[in-house]
Amino acid sequence: MYKKIINRIFLLEKEPQSRYAALKRNIIIIMMAITTLPLATMIIINYFQYRSHLRSQIIAPLYAMAEKTKHSFELFLDQRLAIIRFVSTTYNFEHLSNKKNIGKILLSLKKEWSGFVDIGLINKDGELVSYAGPYSLLGKNYSEQISFQETQIKGKYISNVFLGHRKYPHIVMAVQHITDEGQTWILRATIDTDFFDNLISSMGLPRQTDAFLVSKDGILQTGSIYYGNTLEKCPLPLPKIQLRSNSIEEIDDKNRDIIIVSSPFSIADYILVIVQPQSVALKSWYALKTDMMIIFLVSLIIIIFSIIKMTDVLIKRIKTSDEHRENVLVELQHAQKLSSIGRLAAGVAHEINNPLAIINQKAGLMNDLIELSKDFDKKQKFIDLTKAILNSVDRCKKITHRLLGFSKRIDVKIEPINMNDIIHEALEFLEKEILYRKIDIDLNLSESLVSVESDHGQIQQILLNLLTNAFAAIEDLGQVKIKTENGKDGGIIVTISDNGCGIPKDIIKNIFDPFFSTKKEKGTGLGLSITYGILKKLGGKISVESNPGEGAAFTFELPEKPNDAEVING
Amino acid sequence: MDNINILLIDDESEFVETLAERLELRGCLSKTAEDGESGIGMIASEPFDVVVLDLMMPGLNGLETLKQIRAIDKTLPVILLTGHGSIKEGMEGMQAGAFDFLMKPLDINELMEKIKLALNKPSKG
Repeated sequence: MYKKIINRIFLLEKEPQSRYAALKRNIIIIMMAITTLPLATMIIINYFQYRSHLRSQIIAPLYAMAEKTKHSFELFLDQRLAIIRFVSTTYNFEHLSNKKNIGKILLSLKKEWSGFVDIGLINKDGELVSYAGPYSLLGKNYSEQISFQETQIKGKYISNVFLGHRKYPHIVMAVQHITDEGQTWILRATIDTDFFDNLISSMGLPRQTDAFLVSKDGILQTGSIYYGNTLEKCPLPLPKIQLRSNSIEEIDDKNRDIIIVSSPFSIADYILVIVQPQSVALKSWYALKTDMMIIFLVSLIIIIFSIIKMTDVLIKRIKTSDEHRENVLVELQHAQKLSSIGRLAAGVAHEINNPLAIINQKAGLMNDLIELSKDFDKKQKFIDLTKAILNSVDRCKKITHRLLGFSKRIDVKIEPINMNDIIHEALEFLEKEILYRKIDIDLNLSESLVSVESDHGQIQQILLNLLTNAFAAIEDLGQVKIKTENGKDGGIIVTISDNGCGIPKDIIKNIFDPFFSTKKEKGTGLGLSITYGILKKLGGKISVESNPGEGAAFTFELPEKPNDAEVING
Repeated sequence: MDNINILLIDDESEFVETLAERLELRGCLSKTAEDGESGIGMIASEPFDVVVLDLMMPGLNGLETLKQIRAIDKTLPVILLTGHGSIKEGMEGMQAGAFDFLMKPLDINELMEKIKLALNKPSKG
């Protein structure tokens, strides 16, 4: 199953060009997936883990701060309640009913304890019977108010903040006293809330962080930096009534992501609220997020870049090695074809050679006898006939010798050769044809051409083959160019080009095959394959370039010296 | 070129008979043998001036025959015939003591030339 999928991805049965493109695409996609997916997963996991870790780290101090401040508030309120209770137990109803006495008590309270504004005594019917302070409340009946009823039930009462006559925020505290005789009366005091603001400002709040008191019905008890003044309705959604500190995340009316830590009072109906924007709380996390993003993007770019580059190189390598393998295969096939045809040719040539020798001798004898005999009827005719037979035998002999030579080359004689000299010699052989057909020979022979070790006779054979072919390809007055130059590693390169008819594309791959001829009766079809074989034996190689109608160029290379093994085994 | 005794050794009787006839037309005395053994027997029993020996023969082949001829007569000129179109065998024959070699199908005039040269060889006297 796994193997099948791999095969589907990498062994593509398509046209060569699109196959490499598709292979490249598949490799890139797979490499991308297996490199970037784990990276992305890790980044995402880190992102959330670090965030939650950091949040708990940041909320913990906020909790501590809220608890501490709440405690201070409660201590303050508790103290004031205790003082009022102390007064109520120290003095009896009669003593406190005296206006002078209650005025003295308020004075000493103001002196010793901050925040006291007034003090009043309420009898069991809810009527204020004695009062010291700036307001004229004497005679006011509280019996219908919730504060009075609550004090009657719980024994004490702390009010929410309210604005007094002078538009100054206050709270009211009341304590119930029960005498030994079962008589009840209430001592009531008003306390200003300056202390609240002092406590909040002494919390040492971080930047952009807000803290305030809010009543359980959502009315601000102290001023807030962002969410309104004292006694305004708090715009934030507050957590439901609860006993312990807790935190929630919200979006406020200014569209900021905020963390709200709230801590309810046990002594009064207040909730201490600390509000901190997420941007402040998670500042280091935001910085880390940016860093992580940059690292991720940079590594992503590096990964993509290297994958594309590597795949490119890889595919090019595969392509070259594929091409190389194909070339080697073609050459191998060609060599095998040559050798098997060579063996066959040698066998045929050898079998034909013997009867040919007999025909030769018989015809020769016939000729001898006719020449020696006296004149007879049609003697000349017989002489001509035997001559014709001998000529045909001669032609056959040439073919069989070439065939035999093709398969089993005459001993190679390796000596230093001068290619330019051999070219001149070869041209001398063809002098008559060159003159007769007015062929333009353009020689471009390198003067600094190095001498290589090779076989003089074989090279001459190659040159004659190639030149004969070139001459056959051109019209009269045509041009043949011969160029020599130094090759690499001390070898030489010879190019013979003509401006003749050229070689059609469909046959160019066959031209070095034995018996492949376009000249029909005129050629044996062995010339170029012999040339190929000789060069192979001498360690050289030959190639051809041609465009039909524009001529052909044969280029052969010879090494500095032939490979010994090839010469001996060949 | 009169009265030169030539021995032709070749398994192809049609070829060798015709060649003998042509040589006789050119004034030579020629005898034929169809294999190496009978050729060697003839050399041992009668004198020859030149031997023409085919290299490719069934039984005792040309080179072995040549070696045995050399064992009998060290100076008798032997001209080899090779059907292979290969100089290699010819050269081997030359190393084994042949005078020269010719390739089949052979030209009678060429053979006559070689025979003349062989007879004029200084060593033969």
